[in-house]
Amino acid sequence: MLSNKICNGGIIFCAKGKYQGIMKLHEYQSKEIFRDYLIPIPRGHLASTPEEAKLIAEELNGPVVLKAQVLVGGRGKAGGIRLVNTPEEAKEEASELLGRTIKNFPVRRLLIEEAVSIQQEIYLGMTVDRHAGDTLVIASAEGGVDIEEVAQNTPEKIARLSINPLVGLQDYQARNLALEIELSRPLWRSFIAISQNLYQAYQDLDLTLAEINPLVITHNNLLVGLDSKITIDDNALFLHPEFVDKRDVSAETSEEIEARKFCLSYINLSGNIGCMVNGAGLAMATMDIIQHKGGQPANFLDIGGGASSERVLAALRIILANPKVNTILINIFGGITRCDEVANGIIRTMHDIETHVPFVVRLVGTNEAEGRLILEGANVQTAKTLDEAAEIAVALSQKGGA
Amino acid sequence: MSILINGETRLLVQGITGHEGDFHAQQMLSYGTQIVAGVTPGKGGDWVLNGKVPVFDSVKTAVEVTGANTSIIFVPARFAGDAILEAADAGIDLVICITEGIPIKKMLKVKQVIKSKNVRLIGPNSPGIISPPMCKVGIVPDNITFKGSVGVASRSGTLTYEVVYALKQAGIGTSTCVGIGGDPIIGTNFSEILSYFEGDSQTEIIILIGEIGGNDEEIAADFIANSMTKPVIGFIAGRVAPANKRMGHAGAIIEGSFGSADIKIQALKNAGVQIANYPEEIPSLIKRL
Repeated sequence: MLSNKICNGGIIFCAKGKYQGIMKLHEYQSKEIFRDYLIPIPRGHLASTPEEAKLIAEELNGPVVLKAQVLVGGRGKAGGIRLVNTPEEAKEEASELLGRTIKNFPVRRLLIEEAVSIQQEIYLGMTVDRHAGDTLVIASAEGGVDIEEVAQNTPEKIARLSINPLVGLQDYQARNLALEIELSRPLWRSFIAISQNLYQAYQDLDLTLAEINPLVITHNNLLVGLDSKITIDDNALFLHPEFVDKRDVSAETSEEIEARKFCLSYINLSGNIGCMVNGAGLAMATMDIIQHKGGQPANFLDIGGGASSERVLAALRIILANPKVNTILINIFGGITRCDEVANGIIRTMHDIETHVPFVVRLVGTNEAEGRLILEGANVQTAKTLDEAAEIAVALSQKGGA
Repeated sequence: MSILINGETRLLVQGITGHEGDFHAQQMLSYGTQIVAGVTPGKGGDWVLNGKVPVFDSVKTAVEVTGANTSIIFVPARFAGDAILEAADAGIDLVICITEGIPIKKMLKVKQVIKSKNVRLIGPNSPGIISPPMCKVGIVPDNITFKGSVGVASRSGTLTYEVVYALKQAGIGTSTCVGIGGDPIIGTNFSEILSYFEGDSQTEIIILIGEIGGNDEEIAADFIANSMTKPVIGFIAGRVAPANKRMGHAGAIIEGSFGSADIKIQALKNAGVQIANYPEEIPSLIKRL
């Protein structure tokens, strides 16, 4: 975590890149924020054992919903949400849910909430509109799990509103949203307050997504937030140290966790050619050319700018830990990254880790000649162009790397 | 002529006394860029780069004393948004931000302010701009390109180097190479750069290097179809990349089907853009034009 904080606050170049720009919160964590910002939610508590689930159900004194806390969409359809009538049933269902996995995500905690009677499900969300460069608030009278289909098939049922970041979400704007989604008048005041409170949280906490879906209208004609998705801007975590310990790494592979420690951007893929590249765009282009030549990349790995030999060693260690990898392709275009530093990292790796996996290395740019000299005599294949490097790597991988 | 930077560029370096700022200021100076000032709050009065460049405490003073018209930013992410605003406030016309990872909330505000002041921002998370043979504002290695008639606009850093280097190997030079930046919120998009190239007499062909995510390439495709006469060659990185691990629905609602490499490639092809399968294929596509 510490390295992550340093990455994002203190230096100019870092390889966190495309895939680690956000931190996701669990539903129960999102709801703690809702509670702080006076957004109505059902009564409920977190349980990590069946006994706790039973106690909470007793306290709530009525039908309850058990909700598996996993950071993956489609949880309900995958059986992660159960409605029960008695504390005994709560205990039984909890023992069934806890410890199983939903879409490969282990269920460690359940949110136990009072069941809410639903008259209508609406959608309210806000996120960054990259192209317009502002925040977009989105609402729809047809919320719930199928909101993306609603957006695609009947876009007129989605109300959108751009917020000027210098003035924030104004009363009239929230009121217009309520009008557009044809909310009944008695609910306007509550809807405006919820929208503005959500926007306030979005601003205060540097969120990149704040979504209440569904925001339900109950049979008593009240608005209640039933489920939520919140993500936080990783680059702003230095402003919110309280979130740093809330990151759930249970869904990440050990390689991904290790990569984060060294400020590397790593994604596991299914192929057999391990890739180490500097820069996310070049890393993707390297994966693309591997496939174009008939091979399969085993991973995306961006070592970032100005990588030291230690970082190179850590990166190669992560790649070699993947048993599917039978060939390694290293493509470095040195700008702020120095080819000699990378070459030293490669030599250190070959010294520290015993492996039969062949290395194909292509170094161009800053200190290229020094880098080549360091690799002379080492057991690596070098290439002058990316094209050539990819061809050699693909051929090796098809022979099983020998 | 080149676009954005040229012999008239009078460059100010924000963060000139830091490790990166110092190194790259030296590189830019050796390339021929006119560096007139540096700014590091608390170090005003010092002289750097072998006593050639004065350091000021504020951009305002630096501009008043030296007439700087362009600024490059090398300060850490948590201070970089402030640095852009300071440059805009001091009357700088063109700001290039190398720093990556400025918090989005800050960038949204910065973007509003620079729009109202009519300041051109390139980046953040940009490798900068190079107009061979004399002017470089950024961190692009000097020796990978030379003066020519191909304009390059890219969202990446090292992938851009790969492409212009492949051009050089094939004997093709560049008018200007611009990295628009890889952060989610950037100051200048592809269409704006394409429009500069369309109006630049030195530029005859444009290369657009995009990647998955966002919809800037799709918007650029519309611009190319409607407003460009010069030929454009494209490369989109990320055909193999796994779909961005998205959460929630808001992003999908905004972007719809936008964002994947296939969709970007199709949009560009429909606009008459030739697409390269890999970077080193680009020179042969140019030669066939």
